[in-house]
Amino acid sequence: MEAITLLKWTFDTVLGLGLLWLAWRALTSTDLFQAIILFVSFGLLMTLAWVRLDAPDIALAEAAIGAGLTGALLLSTLARLQTAEVENTLPQSVQPSSKPQLVHWLLIIIIPLLLAGLGYAILDLPPYFEGLSGAVAANLDASGANNPVTAVLLNFRGYDTMLEIIVLLMALLGAWSLGGMPPYTDKPAGAVLDTFSRFLVPVFILVGAYLLWIGTSAPGGAFQAGSVLGAAAVLLILSDWRLRPTFIQRTLKLALISGSSAFITIGLLTTLYEGQLLAYPATYAGILILFLESLATISIGVTLGALFLREPVKYMESQ
Amino acid sequence: MNNAFLFALVGVGIFSLGLYALIMHDHLLRKILAVNIMGSGVFLVLVALAKRTGDALPDPVPHAMVLTGIVVAVSATALALILLLKVFAKSGQATLPDRCKE
Repeated sequence: MEAITLLKWTFDTVLGLGLLWLAWRALTSTDLFQAIILFVSFGLLMTLAWVRLDAPDIALAEAAIGAGLTGALLLSTLARLQTAEVENTLPQSVQPSSKPQLVHWLLIIIIPLLLAGLGYAILDLPPYFEGLSGAVAANLDASGANNPVTAVLLNFRGYDTMLEIIVLLMALLGAWSLGGMPPYTDKPAGAVLDTFSRFLVPVFILVGAYLLWIGTSAPGGAFQAGSVLGAAAVLLILSDWRLRPTFIQRTLKLALISGSSAFITIGLLTTLYEGQLLAYPATYAGILILFLESLATISIGVTLGALFLREPVKYMESQ
Repeated sequence: MNNAFLFALVGVGIFSLGLYALIMHDHLLRKILAVNIMGSGVFLVLVALAKRTGDALPDPVPHAMVLTGIVVAVSATALALILLLKVFAKSGQATLPDRCKE
């Protein structure tokens, strides 16, 4: 028993130090490409930390989003910056900071003070605190989901998820109204990537559906399934897969708004019949949660993918 | 006593490193990277402190909040990156002009 405890502490300490070291390297690396790769590995190490903290739901989302999608977004931005910079012959790796020396020294003093203050505030907290876990456990049977995290996301704090899906849509609208990702012409995807992505995408969709279905009783759910779908869409877009304009005109727009409109409709209905926003009647809670989650999954997946779409406005106007 | 406080302190450390880099770097892509790392630090603090439940399962409410936060963070990052590309297309530089020096 003692040996296992010691082993766990050693593992956690090494993991914590590894996280700090990777964060520092990602932030100070002189080469931007290297910095992004270090950031992706930081995300993967975070996934391990989530597992150690008994948060498998977050680990699944972090693996797909924090490490995967964010890394892909950063890399595709860097590729566009670098192609243009080669033309402008601007040195991009060497980035001497233009901040005066005074700012640097002020930060060297202030940041450790902040660190000490926050550290003290955390160590000052009581070592045992139940939070809302008792309340969640007591009402879990009536929520329509066995997985406490899904119950919180879709039932107890359903309005959080509703607003979150709307925020996601807002971000996409912002991105599209700025013209979306600018065009980027590189050599077309090779035969290997082309074939491989065709094989992988159905697997992604299957995994997404499984995560969605299992989410009511085990780790998984709309967010994880949506991010896996989003990753599939990004893979297709990055391997030069083109959408037909008619598809963007109708199907894509419908998929984008399906999650938020389902939430708003059910929210209005429950407000009318139950007197409270998203307060499901106990008998229909399970089926309502599954319905909302399915549409939310499609919305999240399509929105995350659509963020990568090149020149969406051109598609819109081409009809 | 479990590993909650260890990871919460690591989270604070990651947040501070990100804040330092956010202020010191000029390149906007580095700033976006720094904000993402700061966010990871905050998430780590939230989830670590949710684990102060002894041997019972951790508090699921912060977990749900962090899950929402991760998805919002990636969409905000995408918007920020597209803004960065717009700045770059206009000015040819991936940094913001420093008005104090002009």
